[in-house]
Amino acid sequence: MMRLLAALFRHPSGRIGAAIILVYLVAALLGALGLTPHNALKQFPLDRLKPPNATYWLGTDLLGRDTFSRLMLGIGQSFVVAFASVAGATLAGTVIGLLAAWWGSLWDGVLMRIMDVLLAFPAILLALLIIAIVGPGTFTSVAAIAIVYTPIFARVVRGPALSLKRRDFVDAARTFGSSERYILTRHLLLNLVAPLTVQVTLALAWALLTEAGLSFLGLGTQPPAPSLGLMLSESKNLMQHAPWLMFFPGLTIMVGILGFNLTGDALRDILDPRTERRTA
Amino acid sequence: MTALLSVRDLHVGFGRDPRANEVVRGIGFDLAAGETLAIVGESGSGKSVTALSVNRLVDFGGGRITAGAIVLQRGDGSTLDLAQAEEHTLRHIRGRDIGMIFQEPMTSLNPVHTVGRQIEEAFRLNRGLGGDAARTAAREVLERVRIPDAAARLAYYPHQLSGGMRQRVMIAMALASSPRLLIADEPTTALDVTVQAQIMALLAELREETGMAMIFITHDIGLVAGIADRIMVMQRGVAVEQADTAAVLDHPQHDYTRHLLEAVPHFTAGRATRNDGTRGTATAPLVTVDGLVVRFPVGKGLFRKPGAVHAVDGVDFDLVAGETLAIVGESGSGKSTTARAILGLVQKTRGEIDARAGRSRRPIQMVFQDPFASLNPRLNVESLLAEPAIANGQRKDAALRRRMLVLLERVGLPAEALSRYPHQFSGGQRQRLCIARALMLNPDVVVLDEAVSALDVSVQAQVLQLLIELQREFGLAYIFISHDMAVVERIAHRIAVMFAGQIVEIGAAGAVLADPQHSYTRRLIAAVPAIERRKEHYTVDATQVPSLVRPAGYEPPPAHWREAGPDHRVREESA
Repeated sequence: MMRLLAALFRHPSGRIGAAIILVYLVAALLGALGLTPHNALKQFPLDRLKPPNATYWLGTDLLGRDTFSRLMLGIGQSFVVAFASVAGATLAGTVIGLLAAWWGSLWDGVLMRIMDVLLAFPAILLALLIIAIVGPGTFTSVAAIAIVYTPIFARVVRGPALSLKRRDFVDAARTFGSSERYILTRHLLLNLVAPLTVQVTLALAWALLTEAGLSFLGLGTQPPAPSLGLMLSESKNLMQHAPWLMFFPGLTIMVGILGFNLTGDALRDILDPRTERRTA
Repeated sequence: MTALLSVRDLHVGFGRDPRANEVVRGIGFDLAAGETLAIVGESGSGKSVTALSVNRLVDFGGGRITAGAIVLQRGDGSTLDLAQAEEHTLRHIRGRDIGMIFQEPMTSLNPVHTVGRQIEEAFRLNRGLGGDAARTAAREVLERVRIPDAAARLAYYPHQLSGGMRQRVMIAMALASSPRLLIADEPTTALDVTVQAQIMALLAELREETGMAMIFITHDIGLVAGIADRIMVMQRGVAVEQADTAAVLDHPQHDYTRHLLEAVPHFTAGRATRNDGTRGTATAPLVTVDGLVVRFPVGKGLFRKPGAVHAVDGVDFDLVAGETLAIVGESGSGKSTTARAILGLVQKTRGEIDARAGRSRRPIQMVFQDPFASLNPRLNVESLLAEPAIANGQRKDAALRRRMLVLLERVGLPAEALSRYPHQFSGGQRQRLCIARALMLNPDVVVLDEAVSALDVSVQAQVLQLLIELQREFGLAYIFISHDMAVVERIAHRIAVMFAGQIVEIGAAGAVLADPQHSYTRRLIAAVPAIERRKEHYTVDATQVPSLVRPAGYEPPPAHWREAGPDHRVREESA
């Protein structure tokens, strides 16, 4: 783990990505602890729609709330949803992909066809459908995004699991009489950690975007709680009067996604089996 | 007259700093027209890199020639230093002056084009032939490499041809440009021994016909005896010895050459078999296999004729304590399937496999061919060795740790190995680990499926010796599966020869090897390369193994056995 982090910091784009994520995490943490420059929910009626200045670093919105403080809280909210939903998708997708590969034949066919059906819908559309049925809210967003990204993890796991299943060390384990659970966890899952790590990082970027999209449409986080997507949505009518209200949340989303993508690409380079080439 | 090829003080390196990572350090040789040079060495000796430097294919693998000259005399009499040549010049050289054949004929051919098209392309590019002329030339060159029914084979795709046939197609493509130098990089390593003999005979005949020079790269010093004029022995990037074939083989000067010659298992037709532990009559067998049949269904689907691959078709044998039964045969003969059926790794169709419960709940253990694939790369040695014990309800305690240390020491690995991971070991060390792991449960029988085939010859000899010692010490019985008759001769007490899913001959090792009765056994033995038999000439024989796919409901005719000696039975051949 430490070696992986060290390698990440040696990688040119991985360093940038990891630094971005670190900054965001610190911001979210400070926001959660209430250590924002101003109270993010408090309205300052005299300071409405102020452009960025020394007091309000990134300006204020229509109700006179500090954009910078709200961004810190918004990042926290987006990260909670993104991490929770990706954790759910990883768990569900890994179990489904692993069992589909291990049981094979009919199970494989049924499970993977269900995954294909889910995958056929555009992510945001499927999430909208789920929320339309269950109703909006933070928990629903998490569940919807988790379901949307489950098939991707199922596919990422199933392919390598199928080839691992036929490797000699799995046959060797069978000759000792190792239990299925032992083979699945020690021989299959342990060898899937590398591709999963890469996928988790990339999925965090998509989840961040999907969460912002849902909030923008008013189906994710509900006001007055700040969220990046919601802030964009609230500012869309004021674009000409107060462009900073749109610019900074947009920039925050973009840089955050960039951070996860850079990290994911770097991890892919580092964990690529071709770089740990076996000596023939 | 100048040499066709003259290599002087060649240095080749890899990586960012090629000078610091040299794998070839100061190689030099001359090759006259029509002469054959064999470069012999173990993996990592730089033999392939040397050969790939000659046609500069090494550049594409990340290698750089850091010093030296490679002077080639071209067809028009001019000379060219290939070490300095530009890529566009090299492209002409590669097709026309220097041909190349590779180890793995499947990956060297394009799977989506017919072999005819691929050969025609070689003619089009190198000789400017088109249309019918190219087609005729392709057919003629296929006939030259002795492919039966050449005109029809032109329409075949690579996967429809056997490994030997594919290698012939590769040779045909190399011949398309009438090269004056052919580089053969381990061209027979991936092939069965009888096919290897055919390809070697073919190369020798073609060399006579065309007068081309050859560089033949191999790890098997016994193989080149019949074909090479000169031998260069390489070790760690340096040529340790270079002389005429007879001189190298009969009077090796360098220690490493002597070591290689000793390590190569010499096949002596039954004179080197073991004389310990001849089979007593009173002992009850540990393992009895009776009428074992393994079939894999094929052709499932609406419009296909159902059938089955008869991988193993009625195999019987038994095994007593402390003895080695070798099962020999070529790929597709069913020897590995037999082993996997005994371990329960493939489902048997019918037949009885009785293993007498012995010292352990799992009396039969297995060591696989590829020591890289049979150890989970993410687990350290301690976890790897503990797995069999944990799987059988033992706890990871001090006693288990002691057993690991004892076995590690016994297979010749240090105690520190416990905390290391598989990639930190060499191939031979990994195979020792696999052996230690197989012994963790104190089995009575160990199935060794080509367990030494993937190892370099000197390592192979050491692991074989270890296996023999362990057998005596622990009273193990081995089922030793191999295609290599010379290795089998050293370790087997009894030999079963398998052909097309059936045992065709079984008996005491000495009897089977010295006095083979079945025609297939004779062919197998005749194909073994041996330094002693280098004066013999092989004829090209294109016999093909029969298809094992049978229609549904097919049963093989019952076997008739003939006793050829006290412990030597042969299956009668149908006329």
